[in-house]
Amino acid sequence: MNKPVLPPSLVENPRLDRWIRFQPDRTVRIATGKVEIGQGVVTAIGQIAADELDVPLDRVAVLAGDTTAGPDELYTSSSLSIEVSGSSVRLVCAEVRAKALERAALRLNCSRDDLTVVDGQFLQDGTPTGQDYWTVAAEIDFSQSVTGAAPVKPATAYTVVGQSVPRRDLPAKVSGTAFVHDVMPPNLLHARTLRQPCRGAVLSALDETAIRRAAKGDLQIVREANFVAFVSAVESVAHAAAVAAPLHAKWDNVRRIAPEQQEAAWLRGQPSDDRRIGAPPSETPPKQLVQMTISRPYVAHASMAPSCALAEFHDGHLTVRSHGQGMHLLRKNLAAALGLPVEAITARHLHGSGCYGHNGADDAALDASLIALRLPGQCIRLQWRREEEFGYEPVGPAMLVTLHVDLDDRGRPADWTTEIWSPTHVQRPGSNSGFLLATEALANPPPELVPSDPTEARGGGGTRNAVPIYDVPAHRILHHLILRAPVRTSALRGLGALPNVCAIEALLDELATRAGEDPLAYRLSILSDPRARRVLEGVAERAAWSARGPAGTGKGLGLACARYKNRSAYAAVVASVTVEKAVRVDRIWCLADAGLVINPDGVRNQLEGGIIQAISWTLKEQVRFDEQGIASLDWDSYPILRFSEIPEITADLVGGDGNPALGVGECSVGPTAAAVGNAVAHALGVRICDMPFTRERIMTSLLKRA
Amino acid sequence: MAIAFAVNGVARHIDVPETVSLLEVLRNHLGLMGTRYGCGLEQCGCCMVLVDDQPIHACTREVGSLAGCRITTVEGLGSPAKLHPLQQAFLDEQAGQCGYCLSGLLISAKALLDRTPDPTRAEIVAALDKHLCRCGAHQRILRAVERAAALLREAGPA
Repeated sequence: MNKPVLPPSLVENPRLDRWIRFQPDRTVRIATGKVEIGQGVVTAIGQIAADELDVPLDRVAVLAGDTTAGPDELYTSSSLSIEVSGSSVRLVCAEVRAKALERAALRLNCSRDDLTVVDGQFLQDGTPTGQDYWTVAAEIDFSQSVTGAAPVKPATAYTVVGQSVPRRDLPAKVSGTAFVHDVMPPNLLHARTLRQPCRGAVLSALDETAIRRAAKGDLQIVREANFVAFVSAVESVAHAAAVAAPLHAKWDNVRRIAPEQQEAAWLRGQPSDDRRIGAPPSETPPKQLVQMTISRPYVAHASMAPSCALAEFHDGHLTVRSHGQGMHLLRKNLAAALGLPVEAITARHLHGSGCYGHNGADDAALDASLIALRLPGQCIRLQWRREEEFGYEPVGPAMLVTLHVDLDDRGRPADWTTEIWSPTHVQRPGSNSGFLLATEALANPPPELVPSDPTEARGGGGTRNAVPIYDVPAHRILHHLILRAPVRTSALRGLGALPNVCAIEALLDELATRAGEDPLAYRLSILSDPRARRVLEGVAERAAWSARGPAGTGKGLGLACARYKNRSAYAAVVASVTVEKAVRVDRIWCLADAGLVINPDGVRNQLEGGIIQAISWTLKEQVRFDEQGIASLDWDSYPILRFSEIPEITADLVGGDGNPALGVGECSVGPTAAAVGNAVAHALGVRICDMPFTRERIMTSLLKRA
Repeated sequence: MAIAFAVNGVARHIDVPETVSLLEVLRNHLGLMGTRYGCGLEQCGCCMVLVDDQPIHACTREVGSLAGCRITTVEGLGSPAKLHPLQQAFLDEQAGQCGYCLSGLLISAKALLDRTPDPTRAEIVAALDKHLCRCGAHQRILRAVERAAALLREAGPA
């Protein structure tokens, strides 16, 4: 028999006790390394465990993101939580269930096959035996490694998985204390920072007297090289100090950037690490070459809450509470930055506001820790200011995507090149991709890294979704990874998927027009993947695509389809828009195939959220630069989609059909942005190729048409 | 100086400089964490509270201006054990993802339903438009306010 292939989380964390513990109050604690970031993963993991153990959901407690008791599952990213952590929890629970039944059968002197499990109790021929998980747990060796050999339930046997169970964390969030920001133990000290304007900048003077005067209260100033923090028992005092500080700080060696670097067009021609992925260069001259370029500027995570962390240093042990996406990695990165052994640090996850990728959360944890080490025995609550979050979070990189597509005699793609210019999509701390921000301000800053992007095996970064899902005989990617971006860039929901899907789907509309065919019919003529066809045809039917009107009327209907990372969930979207002075998205229909769905309403919520975020990016968002760096530092200068701009959204799922669960959190963003782009092109009769679709760009494109 | 006002129906005397923000008083002095810091600029709505039944941004409101006022925070609507119909409706609709914006939205929705028990969708949108939600739960939030309005109308005048 072949050895079962374990998910990576189980390979790295094989011991059962890293995952599961039966507690005296007749609950079972399931630990996961993935954390709640508003996506509902804690509820979904609980559902998986409840079903596999036959324990009601209210007896399942989920511990998420704890370095002491839980598994290391890297970051909560890339729509992998259900695929990886969910399948790990399922295998662990199946194995523990088998072991528990084996113990119970021994005690009852019966066959394991005579026993069933109801509400965590073991029944023999339907009759309670007095045995349950909690009576036999002490006889199970939880230090054993999981083998993955115990059979899991078939999907048809699920009773909790597949149900729209309400989110377990929401009641607290509609009524009071819920976030790391809300933890304020007695004798807490509040802290704010003065940020180093850029790597290499040197603090040559700091007028502490003036800052203390502005703070209007008892204030401690913590300085370590170019890292400065203001600490006070009174939050407003620390805050006022930080607001005043930039006026009283003199920095040398500050790098200037040029405002035009904020545009994606600046990327072309910059020094880059170039590589080709896929087919070798075509040896025959093109017959009918079609080219198109789509761009997206730098965009922000723009979390509602500025980043926050608590840190406490007692007797040589540092305890950190953070809303970062991976507590074990945070612990390792903090250890390296602070010169502490990893065992001297505990990191625990507490909820924060939605992050949608790598924002300031980890950086705030180092800020808090640096202060805690200087003020041992005190609990430090560090929070970024609004302008600090906008100004210093790593932003989603600008991207320029040019497609070069040669057509065959039937007007179908014969040879396809996706050429991409982009700064890196991942500068997460550690693993040679990035640093915790404040390390650059310390005495021995880490050496600058040569940027790298996630590998193709991990779904790529700038190249994510650069391969069309359509039948293309020869496809290659030319990837220009820009070596020196003007600002720090890192993971933002979908990475390169949104610009790449926009480019691919825009081009397909153009090719359909050239062929004199309907965009849906044209796509279906080159789409073999039955699951992609199913969502595309389904969404077109829901949106009455066949009744689409002519182009250029000011009203437009556009469609798009993609499979996230070319291996996760499928999503097809139709957008209906009205374009006058601005673009208004009136309606969105989305149909997704995520295979086995743990919590249908949770998935719909994720689809809807991705749709709204993608519309916001497409229509409104761009990080602005000035000479100092990021200049869009508040919600007026970085507007996002508002209630009055929200379309009516219908997001549906097709049946799982026995397919395994596919990551769903990022699958709707690319198709939504692409569908909106195509709908705007249909409404105007001319395409806007640069995001965001501002009033100026609409006017320019109308002039182009005239 | 000591400032006296009522928070969620309880008389409070707070001895802080009068320029301290209501947000800081609620969170750091009274332990009412449901009112949240988002921007400090009246741009996001996370800190919305009712002052004498009017929604205001607590982040910029100096506490010295509030002597004798009635203040309602999200904790004043209800608790997980005894939810207000608005909170219940938000849970029924699963109207939220990260949830950071929700307490401010609940407050503006409360102010709306207090004066307009049967609002149109457009009236709800107008009342909530000063709030931001980054996760994209808007459609669910709008449905939740409609659901709450129906629940409250069924329950009759309090």
